[in-house]
Parts: sequence; C-alpha cells; structure tokens
Amino acid sequence: MLNTTILKQEEKAVFALRQLYRQYGYLPYQMSKFESYEYYIQNKDFLISDRIITFNDTNGKLLALKPDVTLSIIKNGEDIPGYKQKVCYNEHVYRVSGNTHQFKEIMQAGLECIGDIDLYDMFEVVSLAARSLALIAEDFAVQISHLGILGAVLDRVCPDKGFQQKAMECLKSKNTHDLSRLCREYGAEEGLLVQLAAAYGPRRQVIRQLEAMGCAGAALEELRELSALLDTLPWGEKIHFDFSVVNNRNYYNGIVFQGYLSGICESVLAGGQYNKLMEKLERKSGAIGFALYLDLLEQLRGEELPYDVDVLLLYSAGDDKQALARTVAQLTAQGLTVSAQKSIPQKLRYRQLMTLSKEGTVC
Amino acid sequence: MLNVALPKGRLGEKVYAMFEAAGYECPSIRENSRKLVFENEEKQVRYFWVKPSDVAIYVERGAADIGVAGKDILLEYEPAVYELLDLNIGKCRMAVAAPADFRDNENRTLRVATKFTSIAAAYYAGLGRQIDMIKLNGSIELAPILELSDVIVDIVETGTTLKENNLIVHQTILPISARLIANKASFQFKGPQIEDLLCRIKEQVNECD
Repeated sequence: MLNTTILKQEEKAVFALRQLYRQYGYLPYQMSKFESYEYYIQNKDFLISDRIITFNDTNGKLLALKPDVTLSIIKNGEDIPGYKQKVCYNEHVYRVSGNTHQFKEIMQAGLECIGDIDLYDMFEVVSLAARSLALIAEDFAVQISHLGILGAVLDRVCPDKGFQQKAMECLKSKNTHDLSRLCREYGAEEGLLVQLAAAYGPRRQVIRQLEAMGCAGAALEELRELSALLDTLPWGEKIHFDFSVVNNRNYYNGIVFQGYLSGICESVLAGGQYNKLMEKLERKSGAIGFALYLDLLEQLRGEELPYDVDVLLLYSAGDDKQALARTVAQLTAQGLTVSAQKSIPQKLRYRQLMTLSKEGTVC
Repeated sequence: MLNVALPKGRLGEKVYAMFEAAGYECPSIRENSRKLVFENEEKQVRYFWVKPSDVAIYVERGAADIGVAGKDILLEYEPAVYELLDLNIGKCRMAVAAPADFRDNENRTLRVATKFTSIAAAYYAGLGRQIDMIKLNGSIELAPILELSDVIVDIVETGTTLKENNLIVHQTILPISARLIANKASFQFKGPQIEDLLCRIKEQVNECD
C-alpha cells in the first residue's frame, strides 16, 4: 500500500489530477521526448519563450527538447464532425525561466479537448481547471477573459495594430493611467478601454459592466451561458471574469483563463481556446485546454516535519548484519522510519537514537 | 496582513505619508531606528524599506503584496505585476544626454552608456540606430566626459548634475513617475484590502491634480 504522506506536493498532485481527468474521459497521452526543431520554429510565437534546447540526432536532423506540450498533441489527429479527442498529460518541458534567464525543466500536467467543441466543452475544461486547483489547495482563484470581446472593443477604439499591442500590454497590467495616455496619443476614445480594464470581479457584475459598455453579440452570450453553467459548481464564486487575462490573438480566440493558488506568487495554471492555432496548422477542428505548472507547487509550504527519521540506528562494522536487518525490519514494520548508520550524520535530525549491541539487541 | 515594499529614501517617505493619510498608518516607522520591517497589527499592514530598484522584485515574487516603484524600473525589468496607479510623484524623465556640441554622426555606431540597457536598446531599436551599449552602474555622466561613450541614457530630474558636467538633454525618451504596483496573486486573495487602499490613495492623487 502506497503511503502518500511522504510524497511531495507535486507528486501528490500528479496522482490526483490523473484520476480527475480520467473521470471525465481524458485519456493519458504519452508523447515523444523530442520534436523536430523546425516544427517549433514555424510556430514560435505560440511558445512562451522562443529559446529552445536543440541537438542533432544521429542522422543529422535538428531536434528540440519539448518547450511546449500543446503543439506536440495537436499536430496529429483527425477532424471529424461531432468527434472530440480528449487527452491529458503529465510531461516535462524545457524553457528559459523568466527569473534566472536560464533553461529550466518544468513539470506540467494538463489536458486538451480537440475537435467539434461547444459550450459544454468550455465549461468542462474551465471546471476541470478549477477542480485541479481545488485538489491542491482550498484557497484558489480562476480568472477568465474573452478575446472575442477584447478584440471587438480594441477594433472599435482604434484598428491600428501598434496601438492594439500597446493597449493589450496596459490591460494585462491593469494599467489604466498609461492606457488613457496611449488613447490620447492615438486620438482614440479612452472611455471604453478604461472601462474594460476595470471589468473584473464576480461574473454577473462584469457581465453588467460589459452590457453597460454596449458589448453585445456571440462572445458576450457565450460568457453569459458559461457563467450560468459555472453557477452550478460548488466553488463557482472563485471563478471571476477579468480582462487583464490576455493572450496572443493570432493563436487564441474565445475564452482564455489563468489560475492562482494562495501561497504561490504567480499564476500556476493557464489555458484557453486556440482555434486560430489549429487553423494555422491546417486543422479544421477547434481546441481548448490548459496546463498546470507543477514545479511551482514547491512554493506551497507544507507542514515541515521536525525529524528526518524516527530512529537513527547505530551499529558497528563488526556487528551481526542478520541482527541489524532484523532490527530494521521490526522497526519499519511498526511504521517507523529508520536510518542505519555507523556514526551519527551531522545534518540528520532524528527522534530517537538506538544502538545495536554486540549481542544483536537494541538499546 | 498587507505587506508593503517602500523604496528607501525621500520618495519612500513621501509614499509612506500617502499611505498614512489613507488610514494605513504605522507609527513605529517614524521612530529613528535601524529596523527594516514595521508592522501595525490593528491596521493589518506591514511595511519594509528596500532599495528602490528592488521593490518590483519583492512584489513580483510575492514577498510584498504591493509596493511603489519608478516607471523606469518597471520598463527596464518588466516584472509581471499589476501597475495600479500613477502616484504622480517622483517625477522625472528618461533622457539622452551628451555635451552641448554633440552631433550624432549616423555614419558610425553610436556609443551609449547607461544603467538602463533595456530601455536604451528599445529606444534606439525604434529609431533603427546601430549602437554600442556600455552598461554602467553609476556616475554615468562621466562616460561622455572621458569619451567612453558619445551619449548617456539616464534619469534626469532637475538637470543640475548634467549642467555641472557640461552635458545637456538632447532627447527625452519618456516621462517617469512613481507607480503603485501589486503582486498578481496577492490581488486575487487580498483584493478587497488592496482595492480599499488603492481607492483612498487615488483620492489623494486626484486632489493633487
């Protein structure tokens, strides 16, 4: 029987998440460790960082260590009306860390729903994202934005691409003061964008704000319907709308979202609908998914154990090894953790010190 | 408890006065001591003094929930934080300065000395100008005097230091002021407290405008 108390947060999460995703019919997807470098370069804007670890295969072909999981999953598969491919994964990716500017191995768990997706799939994916966070910590938050609404507002205010790029940067940092300045600089109406930047919080409140801004159409209706479905979840109030969640509009469309866990200083989950990426890869299907960055769970400070082991069992070189093995087996059978050593290790914290006598007894 | 990173120095003192006026006072901070952390349990606020250029790091990494950093630092390091308010204090500008008789010879690479390499690189990339970046950590004004560089990119407040070193501003890159920033995760979990403070500080900023 596996004793899960000794597992690290991220290891526990892997087990729990896989079970959760299997419950909803997401099948594990095992992918190759390496991919063709060319494939990533063709889609480098989709990647969080365009710096990739490359190496030559034995045949000279340039390969890369995976910087992303989604691209690997969606390059295969069939587009059949009414059909959805639901996969989950637990993989390592290799990217440059924003903090150290050095390559880092990142452990990701996540899922992708690819195919003829509809409102239910959006709800299922968002609710699984929230459930994933709920499995790890009680205190979590999910923010959802809609690139359809964001794009429509930006187009109404100013169609200039340079303006839109800068405006999205301001929205991302809830920076209304520079957003106003930017609008004035371009002679664009600032009111609407500033209102959009202020549109965050409980879902119904945000929908009312969007209505007051004159937003309408399919995107708003989608948010309304999604919100109504999320109302049915026990922790639906932890899922907010927030238009500071923005993503590359060349790849993503529809909803995009981020998840936070209390105690971790940055978002631990990111996802969204990326039909435009599918189009670029000449796929006819839609797709939505998310990734949870398990390496960040290390920041969650669990309860620190006061000891490394229950028993430090000291023995001498000449002691009876049969008696030593028997003693260790007896102690571990009692549920104790034991470190058998010939001298006391400097850094080892132990609860009890035992010594094996020459006769094979413990004192 | 709301953790606030304040920039050490005159700007930090001005900022603390704004927080105090907003009802988030912490009397112990006014005591003359070498302490770095000050807490008011009743107001649920904890302040700490940090080097101005480090405020954004404290906030980005969640050691502080909010803080006050100059726009220069935010543009240079691009921390993933929310930039909630322009406090309209600590005003200055990022500028290109050089001796008064400097003429840019576009036929050769421009030597630029600065602490702000990202801002300078972005500025000259926007102009399509080839530059040789010289990263310095202080006394930037010395570089053109000793012909280490043709120009400098630096913060200019009153211009006195430039004048004393026979330098003048040739181009203003952007205006700088102090910004109230927040950690993105803290904003999710301490939202009401941050919003309350933001609202009170905003009132003060609007009154001053």
